[in-house]
Amino acid sequence: MLGALIIVFREVLEAGLIVGIVMAATRGVPHRGRWIVFGIIGGIVGATVVAVFAGAISEAFQGSGQELFNAAVLAVAVVMLMWHNAWMARHGREIAAEMRDIGAAVSEGARPLTALAIVVGLAVLREGSEVVLFLYGIFASGTSGMSLLVGGLLGVAAGAAFTLLTYGGLLAIPTRYIFSVTTWLIALLAAGLAAQSVQFLNNGGYFLVLGSTVWNTSWLLSDGSILGRLLHTLIGYTDRPTALQLVVYLGTLLAMYVLMRIARYQPQRQEVAV
Amino acid sequence: MRTLLTLTAVALALSFAPAGAMAANYTLTLKNHRFTPSEIKVPANKRVKLTVVNEDATPEEFDSDALRVEKVLAGKSKGTVRIGPLKAGRYPFVGEYHEDTAKGVVVAE
Repeated sequence: MLGALIIVFREVLEAGLIVGIVMAATRGVPHRGRWIVFGIIGGIVGATVVAVFAGAISEAFQGSGQELFNAAVLAVAVVMLMWHNAWMARHGREIAAEMRDIGAAVSEGARPLTALAIVVGLAVLREGSEVVLFLYGIFASGTSGMSLLVGGLLGVAAGAAFTLLTYGGLLAIPTRYIFSVTTWLIALLAAGLAAQSVQFLNNGGYFLVLGSTVWNTSWLLSDGSILGRLLHTLIGYTDRPTALQLVVYLGTLLAMYVLMRIARYQPQRQEVAV
Repeated sequence: MRTLLTLTAVALALSFAPAGAMAANYTLTLKNHRFTPSEIKVPANKRVKLTVVNEDATPEEFDSDALRVEKVLAGKSKGTVRIGPLKAGRYPFVGEYHEDTAKGVVVAE
């Protein structure tokens, strides 16, 4: 039972950290709870579909289907996160000033919420499909199913509790810093997801360049340790990155920065007096 | 400028294409939540294609941080895992859903 608990907890944790960051990034935006819940439910539905079609996905593209699918899911999440940060760069100051004007906040707030709801949904889909498959395996094998199922459910509960802890921790940040902290968290999250995406592409046989391992810090912080896994999700830490992963990671941060600069300094659409 | 763009596009397209013939094909079988062979020797510094056959009826996740691989295998199915080029050494892997019994090592030499 403990084994099932740990396995499920780890997967839920990875999605949960992302949900926690999104919740913190949308603090104060009306109806964001609704959007996040939609994202989670959508993710669970998606995860079940992916689990059901796992075999077919895997066999597609000469056996690279699963890698391509994972890479695509991650890439879409990266784009959504970039969109969110660019959007916040453009409108963040207005929103902070207009928070009291509920009407404006609702319509302004709804747009990046779609992007973040998608990010949440995709995170739940990715990790959830593994949980669904794992739990299905328990059902199918029948032996001591009940105790393993209880372990799995406890794992979900523990993961959810941890998500709330993350959110609570982020809430402790004073309001005036919350914008920049969550912007950074989202940027690092996106960079980490992008590096993961390119690794999946590599595993699928694509972009087979820059494959040398740049450093090995497994003696300091191993990928397998709890802190290692936390940092893996939060900032994309990996103890043995390839050169390609590093390039993509830094490239994503750079792209994020450039996009935010462009967004911030776009002239706002003005009412044109004819 | 146009030549540069064309060359970049071609280079991108080429690097995007899946790698051609792999060095060699190795097979790993999962049965009763155990991998056979539990130790698999592959040549170092070469790309290797590993076919993992899941003979169990339940799904498993082939997971290795050292090999940077994470692959779900549905019950009674097989999957292709591409690894390498690996420097000489030992690279452990596990079946994440049954870590206590499903484990093994890829030895590159």
